Amino acid sequence: MRDNPLYNAVLDGDARGAKAAVEEALAIGADPQDLLSSYMIPAMDEVGKRFDDGEYFVPELLISARAMKAGMELLRPLLAETGAKPVGTVVVGTVRGDLHDIGKNLVASMLEGGGFKVIDLGVDVGPEKFTAAITEHHPDIVAMSALLTTTMPGMKATIEELTRAGIRNSVKVMIGGAPVTRRYAAEIGADAFSESASGAVREAKSLLNA
Amino acid sequence: MNNREFRGGCLSLGSADELLFGKAPHPVKCGNGLIIGAGRVIPEINFTLPPVEISPSTWPDIEQQYIEMMTGVCERAVDLGAPELLVEFETLPPMTVDPALGASITSLLASILHTVQDRHGIRSALRLTPNDTRDHRRPPRMRSGSYWENMLRLFSAAAGAGADLLAIESTGGKEIHDEALMNADLEGIVYALGILAPSDMHFLWRHIVQICRETGIIASGDTACGFANTAMALASQKMIPRVLAALVRAASVPRGLIAFEEGAVGPSKDCAYEGPFFKTIAGVPISMEGRSAACAHLSPLGNIPMAACDCWSNESVQNVRLLSAQAPVVSMDNLIFDCRLLNRASLDGAAASLTLRNWLEDSDALLDPQAYVLKADVVFAISTAIVQQPTTYLQTRAAVLAAIDALRAGVHSGGLILSAVEMHWLDRLERQASLLPEDETQFTNQMLKKYEGSPYYPTEYGL
Repeated sequence: MRDNPLYNAVLDGDARGAKAAVEEALAIGADPQDLLSSYMIPAMDEVGKRFDDGEYFVPELLISARAMKAGMELLRPLLAETGAKPVGTVVVGTVRGDLHDIGKNLVASMLEGGGFKVIDLGVDVGPEKFTAAITEHHPDIVAMSALLTTTMPGMKATIEELTRAGIRNSVKVMIGGAPVTRRYAAEIGADAFSESASGAVREAKSLLNA
Repeated sequence: MNNREFRGGCLSLGSADELLFGKAPHPVKCGNGLIIGAGRVIPEINFTLPPVEISPSTWPDIEQQYIEMMTGVCERAVDLGAPELLVEFETLPPMTVDPALGASITSLLASILHTVQDRHGIRSALRLTPNDTRDHRRPPRMRSGSYWENMLRLFSAAAGAGADLLAIESTGGKEIHDEALMNADLEGIVYALGILAPSDMHFLWRHIVQICRETGIIASGDTACGFANTAMALASQKMIPRVLAALVRAASVPRGLIAFEEGAVGPSKDCAYEGPFFKTIAGVPISMEGRSAACAHLSPLGNIPMAACDCWSNESVQNVRLLSAQAPVVSMDNLIFDCRLLNRASLDGAAASLTLRNWLEDSDALLDPQAYVLKADVVFAISTAIVQQPTTYLQTRAAVLAAIDALRAGVHSGGLILSAVEMHWLDRLERQASLLPEDETQFTNQMLKKYEGSPYYPTEYGL
């Protein structure tokens, strides 16, 4: 694995190198799905491991995620042709009244790096907007974040709105943010909780058994 | 105090040993005779609501909670015989978006405080900190629109509602800073803190100071909470290197000085951990928080912020029940006892204060670069580098370079322990810092091009 230029380019956060390695591999007939699952996702897994071990910080995660994305831009059309799908689709946003989006943006980047398709609704997202996005995009997961204790109730309100709209059972709900706890997630009926961005990717994969 | 500029090499303190708790060159008198920075450290209490939706149906309960919190902390101050008290009311965003809500709670709190002043003679004051809500709209409109107008309305209503001091945690430049921080992109950070934020600080604080002068209220200060404390929080979560957070702290100083250039007089906001630089350069009293703020957030800065504080704060605490009492009362208790210790040390003179200050510094500084840059001698060195520069951009650049030098010297002398990973990042950041040009126009043009299409309006910053 470590001898593979695509794996190394993603691991080192070399976007140009990742793109070049994908181009070269495709030119000699490599299988797009194999490039993704054998080299790119394992490279991101290694990046996540190094982050968890304290060897890497978020900047390194982000440049690796960008390298992954550069390679994926070439692979995505080919994967679509073969019917291959992303690991899953996630709708993300901060809840109504909450403008703190660093954590949300990080989760979005990490999910993309982990092979998910991400639909980012931005900040200050009300229950009705989450509901509309779920109806439109049919995601596997909706991920909400809040930094303020006074905006946390927006998570509960959104889950209640999903229930009212009859789509609660069609999507998994994941929540996070500084004041949010696992207990709160259980109280409001969320399916998953994470206190970190890398944990969010693990939780998302676990929710989908990916 | 007239408007001042902090350039030309002059500091307000003569030496690092003058950077002590309780004393500032320019004390501030406020409230019913409370004097901040004249020798005694004053507890500054702040509190907030537990998880609750702010709506017309919950408003009566919200008012009741604020009454309960204010009454509770005042009773504890009276019971402990605290001679002075500063209360900060930091609004929640809906209370600035609708300034009538913010003014109404301010009025409620002021009324309770005034009763306590009358009955018990506690010298006290109320600080109101409206939110910077301009980033409710993305990209933010910094100088117009309903969010800006409602901020102005709350600033204007502050005095009438009974506040004695006005502060803010302003966010100009944050839209660029957030992304730069996550990418450890030093030039983006310096663009945000050295070019964008200063432009906004001049604009914002000119308005605040004018309103304060017209309404007879004190313009206190700002904080780089949205910048340097975001960095500190991310570093605590091991998301970014601690050395980067330390450099962001230093880089945030010139931005914060602009409030004082425009006429603010202090005390600076409690969460402005860059406060010791403000006291050293501008001579204003400062509010600080450390271990006392663990109820709000964790940080590696437990004792060292106390070393130069004039007000000692808890940042904020939710109104939840603890075994002994409601959490705001517990915070009040802790702050008063901390202040007693500091003020007792002061009674024995400057030598005793210096000893305690050094213990407070040394107990934190060895273990974290963010603490190390708050050591008095390091603050003095970085401040000296800052005031030698003629523009805020060059001051920001100088602060970064001086902080890197200080961290290296700290490691070399054994005064600071950095892991191999952190040392690697210090090298990387030093390489980035070496590329920051001396030519401000060249830098601005580079950044305008780099951030073309980014979610911000350069015109909102006069560019």
